[in-house]
Amino acid sequence: MATHNDSPITMDTFLAGIWRENPVFVMLLGMCPVLAVTNSVSNALAMGLATTFVLLCSSALVALLRHHIPKEVRIAAYIIIIATFVTVVDYVIQAVSLEVYNALGAFIQLIVVNCMILGRAEAFASRNRVGTTLVNSLGMGLGFTLALLCLGSVRELLGAGTLLGFPVFGEAFEPWVIMLLPPGGFFVLGAWLLLFAWVKEMQMKRTAHAGEASAHAR
Amino acid sequence: MHAESLGYIFLNAAVINNFVLALFLGICPLLGVSGRLNTAFSMGLATAFVMLISSTAAWGLNALLSAYDLEFLRLIAYIAVIASAVQLVEMTIKKFSPPLYKALGIFLPLITTNCAILGVALFQTNYEYDFVQSVVYSLGAGAGFILAIVLMAGLRERLELADVPSIARGAAMSLMLAGILSLAFMGFAGLGG
Repeated sequence: MATHNDSPITMDTFLAGIWRENPVFVMLLGMCPVLAVTNSVSNALAMGLATTFVLLCSSALVALLRHHIPKEVRIAAYIIIIATFVTVVDYVIQAVSLEVYNALGAFIQLIVVNCMILGRAEAFASRNRVGTTLVNSLGMGLGFTLALLCLGSVRELLGAGTLLGFPVFGEAFEPWVIMLLPPGGFFVLGAWLLLFAWVKEMQMKRTAHAGEASAHAR
Repeated sequence: MHAESLGYIFLNAAVINNFVLALFLGICPLLGVSGRLNTAFSMGLATAFVMLISSTAAWGLNALLSAYDLEFLRLIAYIAVIASAVQLVEMTIKKFSPPLYKALGIFLPLITTNCAILGVALFQTNYEYDFVQSVVYSLGAGAGFILAIVLMAGLRERLELADVPSIARGAAMSLMLAGILSLAFMGFAGLGG
């Protein structure tokens, strides 16, 4: 059994997943659905919400059972828990909207092997209380959804000239179809990562400059 | 889908719909283990082997579950089979090649959560392939995975000597590379007709 650091719930528990430890942009986890289903905003949203639901339920259950799962078989136990909730989501989406189900295809079932969910179970849910875990997972789920939306909106905008199905650029726009095809996914995600790396570097330079300036002043 | 020849199934899984570059399955090892050519090749082999075992087992399981109307258990059964297959491969590699075991590190147990493997099992079920077709499909998928990860590793080894802007080092660069490779693989789409 892992160590128990039953840390209190803070704003940071929630916000960590959205920015500082964003599962997609910072930790590079769960990349497959990120690239595969983000060719439109609505697909991205559906996928994000489905993943968030599985993440919330499975991490809550893992947190509840954390004292009862033997250490040796914990990964297997986590996977079974996750697979159960994915089966639930799979059937629910099929019942609610066949259109979404067909658009996402096998990727709903492939939520099982989203490393982010297993990573949360192993790294957080197995060491924290249910409340803390729920808050943290919600943040992670939202961060994941946000990342999917970032990709989905850029790809739909450039690849089809629409946003959520509504035309944005008018008649004259020639769609950049490659953005909807597989290479577009790699390029757009690469571009977002470049952007974040650039922002991070600018921040570091600024703090370094500030440090130098104060050193000179002394 | 039934009338397709075995050769086409193999080619389809290996290059036309390459699991990594066209279907986006198995991106994590592609980004994680493609730093060195020989490590990448061993990782590809291990993954292909697990794919073959799990796809064979998945075919049997699916027949069994369908016979008893238990299709809702399919996902759980598949993932359990894959996890055990990975355990098997892990023990084998640890016994026969400890250096390789060290080189693959955390990515070896993570083959379990490689979506390409579950993807093979799920797709062959969706396409209703029979036993021989399933085996050929998984072999093709494995070959495609090895091809993609080895190409990627070769490119990245070359790039180590290149002067890349500091912000583009690491994941961003790998993704751009994967994008270009994926563009190249789109050329194979014509093979399918």
